[in-house]
Parts: sequence; C-alpha cells; structure tokens
Amino acid sequence: MRNPDTLRFAKTHEWIDSDGTVGISQHAQEAITDVVFVEVPKPGKAAQQGQSCAAVESVKAAFDIYAPVNGTVSAGNAAVSQNPALVNKDPYGDGWLFKLDISDKAQLNQLMTHSQYQDFLKTNPH
Amino acid sequence: MKKTPFHPEYVRLGARMIPFGEWEMPVQFAGILAEHNAVRKNVGLFDISHMGQVWVTGSASFAFLQNLLSNDISRLQTGKGQYTLMCRPDGCIVDDLYVFLMGTDTYLLIINAGRRTEDMTWILDQAGSRAGLRIEEQKTNAGLALQGPRAAAIMDKLVRSDYLAGSVLSLKRNEARGFSVNPLLKPSTENRPSDITPAYIGHETVTTIPDIVVSRTGYTGEDGFEFFGRAEHLLALHDNFHHLDVPLCGLGCRDTLRLEMGYRLYGQDLDERHTALESGLQWVVKLDKGDFIGRDALRREKESGSRRRFIGFRLAKGAGVPRHEHRLVSGGQTVGIVTSGSFSPSLGVGIGMGFVENALFKDNAPLSIRIHDKDVPTEIVVPPFHKPQTVV
Repeated sequence: MRNPDTLRFAKTHEWIDSDGTVGISQHAQEAITDVVFVEVPKPGKAAQQGQSCAAVESVKAAFDIYAPVNGTVSAGNAAVSQNPALVNKDPYGDGWLFKLDISDKAQLNQLMTHSQYQDFLKTNPH
Repeated sequence: MKKTPFHPEYVRLGARMIPFGEWEMPVQFAGILAEHNAVRKNVGLFDISHMGQVWVTGSASFAFLQNLLSNDISRLQTGKGQYTLMCRPDGCIVDDLYVFLMGTDTYLLIINAGRRTEDMTWILDQAGSRAGLRIEEQKTNAGLALQGPRAAAIMDKLVRSDYLAGSVLSLKRNEARGFSVNPLLKPSTENRPSDITPAYIGHETVTTIPDIVVSRTGYTGEDGFEFFGRAEHLLALHDNFHHLDVPLCGLGCRDTLRLEMGYRLYGQDLDERHTALESGLQWVVKLDKGDFIGRDALRREKESGSRRRFIGFRLAKGAGVPRHEHRLVSGGQTVGIVTSGSFSPSLGVGIGMGFVENALFKDNAPLSIRIHDKDVPTEIVVPPFHKPQTVV
C-alpha cells in the first residue's frame, strides 16, 4: 500500500502516483460502497485530463473514473477486474485501477496533496 | 421527508439514508452485499413501515374488491393472501399489491409506498358512496419484514407461549393471522436475548382490525414473516429482533433480493403506461372470474396480441451490469429498455428485466444491452434468476 501523503489527488477523488499509477481515494471507495464491477482501460488508450478513463460500479450505481492528467494508458489492473472488492479493501495498494505514461509531469503539480485533499473533503463532503 | 418510527434509531446506528419517494429510508447498514447474504443464508430485518396498510371491511367488500382487483379473491380462504393488481380500464397498472382475507368481510391490502396517495384516490373514487363499505388507511402504522432461512427459528425464540408459537409458526406461505397485544406481556426495552420472556405477541384476536397482523410473506424469495400494526407494538418487536442480533437490512439489498426472484418493482418494472399483460403478469389476471376494472381491454389484448413483452436476462461473468433505462439492442436496433438491472450478489453476474417490442424482437434473436456505448451480449432467462433453498 502506498502512503497517501506521497500521492496527488483530483477533485473527482482519483489519486495518482508519480509513476503514473491511478486509483480512487479512501473517501471515494467508502462513498461508492461495495465495488462489484470494474472496467479498466486497455494499454495504448489515450487519456485526457478530466475525461472518463475507467468505470467502477457498486451494487446500486456506476461511477466514471477520470484521468487526473494527460497520458497514455500503459496498463490496466487485471486483478481488480477479477476481484473488484480490492478497490474497497486496498484503495491505495492492490486496488489501483490503471497506469499512465504521463505526457506532462507539470500537470501533477496542479493536483492536490493529501492534506489539501483532506481540507477539500471538509468543504466538499460529496 | 416522511419518516418511519424506526428512523431515529437507524440514524443513531449510522445507517446510510436515502430518499425513497416521499420517505427517508435506510439504503444500507453493514453494506448491501453483507445484508443480501445475511437474508439468503441466515436472516435479516427490514423496515417496511412506508408501505400502505388499507383495511376494507363491510358487507360490500367482497364485490367491491373483486371488481377493483385483477386476481380472484373468491379463491381466498380466511387467513390467506394473494398477489394481485389494480388496473385502469385500459388494462394499465395503478399498483401491484397483496390482499389478505382476515375474517368475514374483512380484507387487508398492502400497497406500495410510492403509490399510497394515488391508490387511495383511485380506491375511494371507485368506491363512491357505495353502502356496506368501509375503507381505512392505517396512516400511523408501522411494518417489519423478517426474512431468511432462519426466520422461523428467530420467531420460535421470540414467541415463548406454545399456543402462540403454534399459531405463528404454523402459518404457511401467504397466510396471515391477526393478534391482539396484551399490554401485560410487553417486554422491557432493556431485555437481553436470554430474558425475552414472555412473548410480546399476545392473543389471537377476533376483533375486526387487530393490533398486529403476522403474515408468512416477503419480497425476498426466502422464508419469512411480515408484521403490520401499530407503531408502539412494532417498535417493541423490532427491539426484540435487535436483541436477538438479527442484522438490519436496507432498501439496497431489498432491491437485489427481489430482482433475483424476478419480483416487479412499481415505478420501474410496472407503471401506468404498460398493461398487466405486457408486464408479464397474466398469472394474476383472471379474465374468467367476472367483470373487473380493465378486463375488457385485457381480454382484447389477449386476443389481438400485446405490443410488448416483459423478459429477464443475465450477462456473462465480468461482462458488466445492466441498469434501469439502459437500451436493449438487437441487430444494431433498439428493441426495448431495461426496467430493473443490478449486479446479482448470489450469482456474481449482472441480471435484469425489461420490455421488448414484439414487432422488433423475436425470442431466438441475439440480444445485447448498450452499456456505456458498448453492446454487451446477454442471455434471455425466465426469472427467478436464483432459486432459494428454503421456502415453506
């Protein structure tokens, strides 16, 4: 499991590691509840910041997962497709969703740090 | 928002609450999957106080209800209930409901939460000023459903008197009995499981409207009991179930459990735009029982054929989850719509139900569901999708 303090967060509740790994936050997995289906992108797919890149579904609803930065998908996590509950159990670890080759690392700095994200959640509880 | 008598306790317990029609109800406590599995494998407790409880009594009640409802209440013996529909003259559905014959000229209707206002307006309009008819909606009543293979074992623990245990536990599927509550038997709310004695459910009653009705019915496909009655009695009952560690269940698993059984949900699978026959509910439309509202239209539809039909379908493992209002597609053409869709916790795949247009779709043609712009192949199956192991 990654230390969330080393990650960057989008307002749409995705995190991204400096190596381009993307997942959803602890807060997001709690809000979504039991994840029962995950659709991860195929390698080679062009990802654009703020555009839907994957889907996570609970029993009740489907949620789009947005790319936090521009890039090209280099891997989708087959483990979460097989075992969607990993997203709930380990959102910062084995529950990662896909990996990007980041086009412009400067975009990472536009995202929130973990402590900024915690503050953001206080003012935007949804 | 309207709140049931259990609302404050559920908020205190940290339930996730959602609006359901006019009601604020718990969608989940421990989690939808855990609650679903509790009901399939063990037992669970649902608040169903939002459902309407309507007593129809008087010498004209049989004739009135036989004309109002599509199923045949002449088949009901005292203490028996049946699933039925209330149709408009054009055969479209005002509501789906349960009707119990509780005693001579005494019927109890259990109607959908979201349809209480519409149903009462419709029922009272049909009744007009007819003599020998009394229609009472019990607006402050509460309701509970204890569901699961261990439901009878829980009732056995709760109802300590042999006489009463006999009368509750001997109920067969779709049977109901009314009880008067003896206040002397009221347990303390501080009771622990070991000292819940004596039973709270009191003497079997012969009065017209009992304090509590216990029926062996439910919306999950599992064995179980439903309780309808005055709020203070149901609060005490709830307390006892809670002390017996019966897991609390929300609307989330209620939806997955009913969908696995192919049970319809009014507002999604049924509405005032589709007829009883289009909705695949021929088995509760008794065209030969005599006149009833909607019969002429439904008879004509039966002779000339329906425009649409209602189907069930399941997806392959990992193929996706159908949702309400996804399109049903065949040969690149939209042929229908998903009315209910979900992940099935028991089967581990996506399942759903919906309408297809008869002119556009034949049974052996391939069928797909358009999910996020992709056409996902699906297999047509006749519900129930899941076969419960324990049914009385």
